Amino acid sequence: MKNRTFFWFILPSLVAMVLFIALPIGSVFIQSLYIEHGAVLKEVKSCGPFGCKDEVQIDVAATSQLKEEKPLGKFNGFGTYTNRNHLAVSELKAAWNDSANWSIYFSKVYNLPFYRALAFTLTYTFIVTPLVLLLGFFIALGVNSLPKKLKGPTIFVSLLPMIVTPLIGSLILFWMIDSKGILGASLQWLLDDPNLSLKASPALTWIMLIIYGVWHSAPFAFIVFYAGLQTVPSETIEAAMIDGASRWERTRYVVLPHLVPLIVFISLIQLMDNFRVFEPIVGFSAQASATSLSWIIYNDLAGGEGTFFGSAGATSVLTILGVAVLLIPVLIRTWNDFSRKVV
Amino acid sequence: MSELIHRRSKSFTLIIWVFVFFWIVAAGFPFLWTMWGSFKVQGDFFSKADWGYAISGLRTQIETGSSFTGDGYHGAWITKSFWKAALNTMVVVISVVIISLTLGTLGGYALARSGKKYAFYLLMLALVFRAMPHITLVSGYLLPFFEWNLWGYLPTAIIVMVAINQPFTLWMLHSFFLNIPKDLDESAMVDGCTRFQAFRRVIVPVMWPGVITTGLFSFLLAYNDFTVTATLLNNSNQTMVPKIASFLGTTQVEGNVMFAVAAVVSATAPLFILVMFFQRQIVSGLTAGAVKG
Repeated sequence: MKNRTFFWFILPSLVAMVLFIALPIGSVFIQSLYIEHGAVLKEVKSCGPFGCKDEVQIDVAATSQLKEEKPLGKFNGFGTYTNRNHLAVSELKAAWNDSANWSIYFSKVYNLPFYRALAFTLTYTFIVTPLVLLLGFFIALGVNSLPKKLKGPTIFVSLLPMIVTPLIGSLILFWMIDSKGILGASLQWLLDDPNLSLKASPALTWIMLIIYGVWHSAPFAFIVFYAGLQTVPSETIEAAMIDGASRWERTRYVVLPHLVPLIVFISLIQLMDNFRVFEPIVGFSAQASATSLSWIIYNDLAGGEGTFFGSAGATSVLTILGVAVLLIPVLIRTWNDFSRKVV
Repeated sequence: MSELIHRRSKSFTLIIWVFVFFWIVAAGFPFLWTMWGSFKVQGDFFSKADWGYAISGLRTQIETGSSFTGDGYHGAWITKSFWKAALNTMVVVISVVIISLTLGTLGGYALARSGKKYAFYLLMLALVFRAMPHITLVSGYLLPFFEWNLWGYLPTAIIVMVAINQPFTLWMLHSFFLNIPKDLDESAMVDGCTRFQAFRRVIVPVMWPGVITTGLFSFLLAYNDFTVTATLLNNSNQTMVPKIASFLGTTQVEGNVMFAVAAVVSATAPLFILVMFFQRQIVSGLTAGAVKG
């Protein structure tokens, strides 16, 4: 295709992506360097029946004028990055000096909002992703051995957790595990603990969110693996059977190697999607025990305590750096594949 | 010997069947349960005494006189004007699907036919864009949108969602166009068509299966979006998902959780129908990127 034709074909979608994906990445960085204006103060003489005194008041007009003139706020450099709500450099140092051992140090670090969110985000990403692969693989093996008539309905039901809106899916589970809901009440009865509440304990909340994540994403892995299973060459399997390979050996040495590219694909998509975990925290109202990077950005923007563009920008930049670290291995791999093809 | 293998495989089959059965229950039961419960009163759905009441509807019978009640739906759709949110969702979703597909088919076609190195760079760039958490992008829009008075309106959210979904749409359509033989449009160009004419006359008629599949995923992305719609729309333009989220803040205090339950079931119903009719396309779409790439 000629370069010019290519340009015109790709232009609309390129413009959309540059305007609404590339530019915002730049603009969050600029935003993160600024901080909200403080209120403009003025000294007023207020005189009453018992004489005059100087009072400091907020100059409403001047404050709003300043906001109008410089909506970004005042320049703060990397101040927002290093403050307590983000990288908390000085707090880390202080905690290091005060702590007698590692566990005290970690519990102190965990109390800082950014590291708290980072801890949950990473835990979620790196626990959910392998579990999704595992569960999806076994469901695919199972469905593959079902009689033909049952396959369609099974796939239909299996798709539901993935297709449903994440917020709605998490709400549905949340209501069931409520201490008055069916699962919560059953657990109380099973464990004989009438005060058991999944919402009250941080550990249980984390487990709940992870279970939700696996429930939500397993269908995706299942479908991809299931399609992959259809393309496993039957001659190889038959040959392995003649050689006396057991069912397990056939799965391990024939089927699994065939699925390796799919495992890479699913892991890539899952890492990207799980790293931005956000809706389940809203749906489960879990913010007291678990926050994610996306959630703290959302909270800065629409949390109800006002909008903090500088703070949201700084967290966004840090999150984007995190995504970059996650993606680099994949990009290098794809790059090498491509170069090999070209050369 | 052969008997032994036979017997072992039988028990193995049993294990697999039990496993699949458990998965089906885990995947399907929550929806069934919530749908059933949405026709009950709160005292049954969140039963203090015995969750069995949620099945029989004892309190529902006492409070309303029959075992099923539409109170939750009435409250959500009429009292809390969920219908308006549903209407907004329809506008947003249809616009996003149409615009995404128009931009995406043009771009995806170009990427599939270019063969130049920069096409590959663009695809890699799209992959990087695909990985960006949406909320980080949103935090870049908010301030400019406030400043230029663009915040709160449906068109703004639509354009933003189209752009955010573009990387995914491009990748998917690109892989579909790769499957359409090159000879088709090239022979049309030999016959004197320009590239665009070849695209319109020859490629457009045969591209629909791929476009429909991609459209389904655009639909899902727009329909399920919470991040963009919750942050970029004002209260009167809210779509269904942020509306449900706002129910959680207000109605739980008023003791009207059932409104939220009814709204959740209402919002899930279209997705059920979608999967029922387009199961094959969804499955093929999920695997399009994987099996070939």
